[in-house]
Amino acid sequence: MLDSLARLGRVGLAILASLGRAHLLLVGILRGLPSMLVRPRLLLAQIYGVGVLSLLIIVVSGLFVGMVLGLQGYYVLSQFGAAESLGVMVAASLVRELGPVVTALLFAGRAGSALTAEIGLMKATEQLSGLEMMAVDPVKRVLTPRFFAGLISMPLLAALFSAIGVIGGWFVGVGLLGIDDGAFWGQMQNKIDFDEDLVNGVIKSLVFGLVVTWIALYEGYDATPTSAGVSRATTRTVVQSALAILGLDFILTALMFGG
Amino acid sequence: MATAQSKQASVTLPREERSGMTDEQMLAKVRGLRFYHGDRCIFDGIDLDIQRGRITAIMGPSGTGKTTLLKLISGQLHADAGTVEVDGQSIQELSRDALYQLRIRMGMLFQSGALLTDLNVFENVAFPIREHAKLPESVLRKLVLIKLEAVGLRGAAALMPSQLSGGMARRVALARAIALDPMMIMYDEPFTGQDPISMGVLVSLIRQLNDASEMTSIIVSHDVTETTSIADYLYIIANGKIMAEGTPQEVAANESDWVRQFMQGEPDGPVHYHYPAQTLEQDLLQSVCH
Repeated sequence: MLDSLARLGRVGLAILASLGRAHLLLVGILRGLPSMLVRPRLLLAQIYGVGVLSLLIIVVSGLFVGMVLGLQGYYVLSQFGAAESLGVMVAASLVRELGPVVTALLFAGRAGSALTAEIGLMKATEQLSGLEMMAVDPVKRVLTPRFFAGLISMPLLAALFSAIGVIGGWFVGVGLLGIDDGAFWGQMQNKIDFDEDLVNGVIKSLVFGLVVTWIALYEGYDATPTSAGVSRATTRTVVQSALAILGLDFILTALMFGG
Repeated sequence: MATAQSKQASVTLPREERSGMTDEQMLAKVRGLRFYHGDRCIFDGIDLDIQRGRITAIMGPSGTGKTTLLKLISGQLHADAGTVEVDGQSIQELSRDALYQLRIRMGMLFQSGALLTDLNVFENVAFPIREHAKLPESVLRKLVLIKLEAVGLRGAAALMPSQLSGGMARRVALARAIALDPMMIMYDEPFTGQDPISMGVLVSLIRQLNDASEMTSIIVSHDVTETTSIADYLYIIANGKIMAEGTPQEVAANESDWVRQFMQGEPDGPVHYHYPAQTLEQDLLQSVCH
């Protein structure tokens, strides 16, 4: 009984210590902002790695999610004689929910895991220690540009996901199922609100970008510097990011649209 | 008997009196260093001096904390007790900025090379210069090529780290370590995993660089032959203590069984070949019973 309590206490303390280290790391990353702004090329290189190289998976996934939404939406709406509202349904689903959430999940799987593996391997191969010994702060030099690259890339990728998804929905609804083109776009323009839908969607994707990139960088930086340690850290990044995204999505949705 | 008494007497003298070195002659000074890794004691109150302009080697079996000692000297780790001074500055008391200023004057060659894998050889060597010296690109290029020439790899400037052999990677790392003309350079197991030619190249490079640039070198290694061939002074550490010290000749003449076993690479002696365990018969009988 006492042993179980002691084990529980140890686990609790380890979690608290880990949270503390993660927050200290975030402060260190944010402190690196001024030196990163002096050398924007570091940021641009990371936006390419984190954002541009994620384009393919985001575009293809967005297209298919939009097409599935078109098919499913048409099936439900046509039963109520409201098939003309397919454009609103597809756009609202994408902009409010699926765009930020699915993009963040894909971003965690593609860019987040890559960031953790890269930082973890830099630690395992003593590259981070090497920077320290060259009097270069690895947090400012390596982590800060990657953090802000994630923060900038995520809303742009989510916007692209939603835009491509709408096109996918239009292709299925208008192109294949014969919904009126004007009704599809017109109802969408009337019903989708800039502040209520678009801005809230962007806020969600910004929050998800921050959390996913933070988790990915922390897990890499805190990884045990062995191949097994880096592997475990990469897995933790994907699992923790997915849970954080879905949990935060509920909280943000309740705050934004809960009335 | 008289000899044993004089040895004992010399050990009880303060280190400054034993070595006869003044503070100006010492670049690094370690006193009463204690360091624990979890519950395990890595260093149990050791003292050592690194003399300016010399090659000092720290040797000992694997896992005795040689690399840890380099990390303590360079401020990557902090001692649990005792002091570490480098160039008159106490490492533990330095602010982060002051420590970084000191590190600009220290170079370190990591066991793995620690080259940045996304930069080519030229950019790896240029990296510390770009970070700390605002030089025109043309001057920087010449400087980097001179450093690469010193390690014989000017022709490899455009290669990526993944295209280098282990020996070449270590020489590039050496060129990077000397890029800012440091006062001191620390070598972490520089000869491990090298073929005989690379080993010979590294041995002569370390000696040449030390003498030509009037640097101070600390080599951490367990390669006895190579290290003793270039070191001016040796420390042998094990079990958290300094087991022997002196010039290579003095250490080679040390009468301690432990030191003799280490220096001559004997498989059994005070350090047992077998890891502590119950007898083989007991183990075999247990497996039969199970």
